[in-house]
Amino acid sequence: MCNTCGCNVTPGNRSLIQNEKPKEGLTTISVLQNLLTHNNTQADHNRVHFDAEKVLVINLMSSPGSGKTSLLESTIKQLKESLSIAVIEGDLETENDAQRIQAQGVPAYQITTGTACHLDAHLIHNVLHHMPLKGLDLLFIENVGNLVCPASFDLGHHRNVVLLSVTEGDDKPSKYPVMFKAADLVLITKTDLLPYLDDFSIDNAKQNVHNLANNAPTLTVSAKNNQGMDEWISWLKSEINQHQVLLSNHQTQKPKVQQDGALLHAKATPHKFYPVKTHQQ
Amino acid sequence: MHELSLCENLLDQVIKIAQQHQAKNIESITLNLGPLAGIEPLLLDNAFKILKIDTVVANAQLIINSTPIIIQCQQCGEQSSATNNYLVCPSCQSNDTQLISGDELTLASVALYTAT
Repeated sequence: MCNTCGCNVTPGNRSLIQNEKPKEGLTTISVLQNLLTHNNTQADHNRVHFDAEKVLVINLMSSPGSGKTSLLESTIKQLKESLSIAVIEGDLETENDAQRIQAQGVPAYQITTGTACHLDAHLIHNVLHHMPLKGLDLLFIENVGNLVCPASFDLGHHRNVVLLSVTEGDDKPSKYPVMFKAADLVLITKTDLLPYLDDFSIDNAKQNVHNLANNAPTLTVSAKNNQGMDEWISWLKSEINQHQVLLSNHQTQKPKVQQDGALLHAKATPHKFYPVKTHQQ
Repeated sequence: MHELSLCENLLDQVIKIAQQHQAKNIESITLNLGPLAGIEPLLLDNAFKILKIDTVVANAQLIINSTPIIIQCQQCGEQSSATNNYLVCPSCQSNDTQLISGDELTLASVALYTAT
């Protein structure tokens, strides 16, 4: 019996051999590498820049029109005397948002992404070449309005704040679990409109975040009548303090955007190299 | 929405691996993709079909393994399966759970023909 002329093939094993025809030279390389490795490496690099200048960086994410820029305007009004603040604005088109922030007297840098639906760590790094971080206490990144893609990208920031305006409905956390699972703080915005809406329950919204195994705090806020602004400002201040304590111990913090499962399963393993099918002797 | 740019990353990684192993041809690329990774398998597959043209992976098949959502309760220790928007432990109703599978987006393996 040999492998050369085919005399080892019998009617009994012919079908097996045809199905499992050994493919000469075929090998399978086991990789187990996160596909976002490229972005995550850049994000870690950005974080080193931020930490070197002791800036706390907060990524604001939400759907378009949930009030990110209005929230920033009110926040800057209250904090600009005591803290040094800057803003990076992400939008598909226009510099409207950066102009609104600059009108408050703080530096703002606009990234127009064209058609891209999210900011990534490389876009942020490009901005860092043009913007001085020295002396800043707090940097906000206002992400592109979108409840889907921005959730998957670490920008090198420290905290994710996800806004949910009351006109959007209290079931948004269930509909966009990837985004709301990544929140370090959920801000329910435009609460001045609550009297006109009979179908938004703050408790339901909180419960839906809770169901995503996310125990992040939820605050309510109205940038229009200042309801809840004090709690939001004190959250920011306590985050800055906590971050300074971490930095003084040579530590830093990452936002919840990190994928637990991916990290557990895809620790940078060396490439394994083994043949799938050994040649028959 | 960003499946196309993600697919570019994938091809970069695969082409690098192909070069390292002096591959003549690539038969298949296997990904592990969880429902909570925020990636649509169908869109990723379409992006792959467009981007692979005229590259070393032109003949390769993309195999997407969908991984299940599995949570580990930090309170009672129970492991259970869960759904996209309900990650609460079914045994003790705690929401102190950790995802142990379901949000991964990893290049699992590449099957390739070497020059030998």
